[in-house]
Amino acid sequence: MIRFDSVSKRYEGGVDALSRVSFELDSSEMAFLTGHSGAGKSTLMKLIMLMERASQGQVFVNGTNLNRVSRGQIPHVRRGVGVVFQNHQLLFDRNVYDNVALPLSIAGFSPREVGRRVRAALAKVGLSDKEKKFPVALSGGEQQRVGIARAVVNKPPVLLADEPTGNLDPELSREVMNLFDQFNQVGVTVLIATHDLELVRTMGRRELVLRQGQLVSGGEA
Amino acid sequence: MKTAGATVAVTGVRDRLKSWQAHHRRVFISTIGELLQNPLASLMTWLVIGIALALPMILYVMLSNVSMVSGDWGGKPRVNLYLSHELAVPAARALAAEIGQEPGIEESLFVSSEEALKDFQHRSGFGDVLSTLDRNPLPHVIEVVPYEADAVLLQQMIARWESRSEVDRISVDLAWLERLFALLSFAERLVLALGLVLATGVMLIMGNTIRLAIENRRQEIVVIKLVGGTDAFVRRPFLYLGFWYGFGGAVIAFLLIQASLLFLSGPVETLAQSYRDDFALTGLGVAGNLLLLVGGSLLGIVGALLSVSRHLAEIEPT
Repeated sequence: MIRFDSVSKRYEGGVDALSRVSFELDSSEMAFLTGHSGAGKSTLMKLIMLMERASQGQVFVNGTNLNRVSRGQIPHVRRGVGVVFQNHQLLFDRNVYDNVALPLSIAGFSPREVGRRVRAALAKVGLSDKEKKFPVALSGGEQQRVGIARAVVNKPPVLLADEPTGNLDPELSREVMNLFDQFNQVGVTVLIATHDLELVRTMGRRELVLRQGQLVSGGEA
Repeated sequence: MKTAGATVAVTGVRDRLKSWQAHHRRVFISTIGELLQNPLASLMTWLVIGIALALPMILYVMLSNVSMVSGDWGGKPRVNLYLSHELAVPAARALAAEIGQEPGIEESLFVSSEEALKDFQHRSGFGDVLSTLDRNPLPHVIEVVPYEADAVLLQQMIARWESRSEVDRISVDLAWLERLFALLSFAERLVLALGLVLATGVMLIMGNTIRLAIENRRQEIVVIKLVGGTDAFVRRPFLYLGFWYGFGGAVIAFLLIQASLLFLSGPVETLAQSYRDDFALTGLGVAGNLLLLVGGSLLGIVGALLSVSRHLAEIEPT
């Protein structure tokens, strides 16, 4: 579901963010992406979301070669990738329901179908009673779960999370991880970038380790 | 392999079309709602656009009214032959008939001094003063309309008539008519140029207003792009915003034009009726007003489109 074929990314100015990274995440596999700041985690995630393009090599997501995706096709690729952001990226001028519904209205679901899926997603993250609330009225952990609900409401085959537990205490972090685990149980490919090595160890999943743009461990399944 | 729940949510074509229409409807309503939530700021923009649209339109309306009145002359010169006072009416009438027979003359109309006096009394309002005169000061006149306004031929004719003893003086009204038409076509150009300048102004105002709206919603645009929103989806609310600004501006312009017509119609019609009895100030008409509304809306959409295509591309998730 995610495959990197000796992918390099060089930013303008000659900085090599990634060099010859190769790995493959199977459908319904869950893995962690670790490494120091600047090791290339963000760049790798951005390549999957088509926020950046590879300088060399090929990235495949859901069977699509991202090198061949034109600008106009980017939205359609992104609909197959749910993303949970560290800073949540919620819209503060609309309530929880509308935040979660956004990917569905973009993809063109009927209002009834939107309602059904949004409620299911909110139930999944335990926020059924908060759908009318605005994000400012929620705690950090709740905001994070709204972000997760929005990432999965469209049932994307791939779920990315960038430091999803960065601002959470250990107990909330564990809850969030359990959620990802559950999505993985139903067949979603999950890739989580994190600093939290302790948590990674307790989860006991595959770990991709980046160091200065190179994949130093976890490349082979 | 576990697949339950791991398929991208696929939607049918019909569902998508329906939802596309629904989104248009929703955005159509929500954008006007946004504008009405901020009535003062929106009204300011509408007024600016309205004034910019109304100004050239009012000038255009006035101009087309003037053209309509002056068009009656058809651009043909009119030569007035003032006859000497000694000439008797039958002789003068005969002269008029003779001139009417000359080649190149379309019409030769005899106006006796009595007729001229009556007409003058009627039109000028000096009736009382004129009646105190013991003698009619006006001469007989022959109004001659040649077929063509050829300057050389006209000069020859005038020279011939001037040499006759019956003719006292000759006046040609060609010069001022030519000047009037030149002035009118100049004014037309002026209105057109002004219209173009102000239409460009409207688009720039629109562009700037939309740019601010885009700036205000930067975060939303980024998020929409991240969760797979197409450019068209992102663009849509701003285009509708442009439409509403343009449409509202055109409505204001319509009101301004109607108000100024009402304001001007009294004096203008009094003035015009001293030349023509049946004059009434004509507005834009139904077609003209529809064109104003459609044109205003289009200007809004085009202005928004220009702004959106420039600024939306800059906003990409990073």
